Amino acid sequence: MKLGHAAIALKGIIKRELWRFLLQRERFVAALVRPLVWLFVFAAGFRSTLGIAIIPPYETYILYEVYIAAGLIGMIQLFNGMQSSLSMVYDREMGSMKTLLVSPLPRWFLLTGKLMAGTFVSILQAYVFLLVAWFYDIQAPWLGYLSLFPALVLAGLMLGALGMLLSSFIKQLENFSGVMNFVIFPMFFMSTALYPLWKIKESSELLHTLASYNPFSQAVELLRFAMYGQFNGYAFLYTLAAFVIFMTVAVWGYNPSKGMMVKKTGGPS
Amino acid sequence: MSSSAAQSLLVEKLSYAYDNKVALSNVNLAVEAGECAVLLGPNGAGKSTLFSLITHLYNSREGEIFIKGYDVKRQSCQALAHLGVVFQQTTLDMDLSVLQNLYYHASLQGMRRKQATRRIEEELDRQGMLARKNEKVRQLNGGHRRRVEIARALLHQPSLLLLDEPTVGLDVPSRKGIVEHVHALCEKDKLSVLWATHLIDEIYPSDQLIVLHEGEVKAQGSVYEVCGGESTDDISQAFKHLTQGVLR
Repeated sequence: MKLGHAAIALKGIIKRELWRFLLQRERFVAALVRPLVWLFVFAAGFRSTLGIAIIPPYETYILYEVYIAAGLIGMIQLFNGMQSSLSMVYDREMGSMKTLLVSPLPRWFLLTGKLMAGTFVSILQAYVFLLVAWFYDIQAPWLGYLSLFPALVLAGLMLGALGMLLSSFIKQLENFSGVMNFVIFPMFFMSTALYPLWKIKESSELLHTLASYNPFSQAVELLRFAMYGQFNGYAFLYTLAAFVIFMTVAVWGYNPSKGMMVKKTGGPS
Repeated sequence: MSSSAAQSLLVEKLSYAYDNKVALSNVNLAVEAGECAVLLGPNGAGKSTLFSLITHLYNSREGEIFIKGYDVKRQSCQALAHLGVVFQQTTLDMDLSVLQNLYYHASLQGMRRKQATRRIEEELDRQGMLARKNEKVRQLNGGHRRRVEIARALLHQPSLLLLDEPTVGLDVPSRKGIVEHVHALCEKDKLSVLWATHLIDEIYPSDQLIVLHEGEVKAQGSVYEVCGGESTDDISQAFKHLTQGVLR
């Protein structure tokens, strides 16, 4: 693989994703409205009932809206990852996935490029959300907005890789609703996005264990700490490991001879 | 790169099965430079499977495929660099413009912006589509979409063009236009073409014919040779003999 060729191709893949995203205004609005509804309605409603004690990275008592902000950024990336997964299944059904896969570049590179393009879009969404949240008095230190960037990259890649892995399993677009019920909702609700771990432990040991091992929890913690200019090493390693595992299985899933594509589809689509 | 580099496409002893269902069995074929080879077969003959294997969307477990001498399995990047493909189903992005679709493809082929712009204009001009370059693909009719797809497949100047039933669903003038254009490419540009179809009227007397039925190559050679082998001078009759087992 020539580096120049790879760079041009990567730029092209990202540009296409961006073109598509900008054209689909409803997708952009939905991606923004969803976390904002949670912030303005859900979090505001729970403000009085859910007091948050002083836990790292926060140095003082915080409002529930402040706590939930990192979780909602995670939510943006989780939905974006699944949206990319949906569009990959759609692309496969419509045939445009073939255009990508018959390009003269290694398949792992093409899939990583697609993943990076999706992550790039999710980062844009996250920063627009943070801008709106800033006017709602949810403000991180200025440095936090910078240190958040690499965390957004890793969390976005991990959740995108999960989406890609799922897309290699899903045979038809219609089956995608299962992903909503069995992946997105459990991952989101059984995580630290809405409640801190100690609070979950108070109500259920099992939920606490599930939330601790949920990679989405670790991605959210990575984002939460990064927002305040801090580095959570455990969350970083956990998210990184999850990314490597998901990506490896996803590339295997798209391998023309070994993957699930042949087994699931029973032949060329 | 093997000694088969002289041939644009070489398929040797290729077999493929889905679970227990045999899709291709011991397929051997070659397409020389500047040759238009028509892969003729009824629906379900194995044409799309063969195309999926040539384009490396699937890996063959038995047999080998070489494009310009490069092994598709082991040297897939080099092999695919010589390949242009028009799939049966439209693979253009409907919401993007003709130009955006072509720039995307050019970037996947590693073409720089300047070179891409030049090649896009050349190919669109050849297809009579230059004036519509800024239109969204969704606004184009089926025939025009196909022309854009052919332009896209030729952007990087491949040695071999694969067309998987490209005229399906098109009206008669569009079909005729595409058939003529592709044959002209073989003649003028010395492009090799493998054209899958089940429509007899798309075959020119100068074409090479490969008849595929139930995963097996039933006959191959020039139109004259294949018809001669079936003791007829009519391709339809020869095709019927070969695929329906009608007694000679």
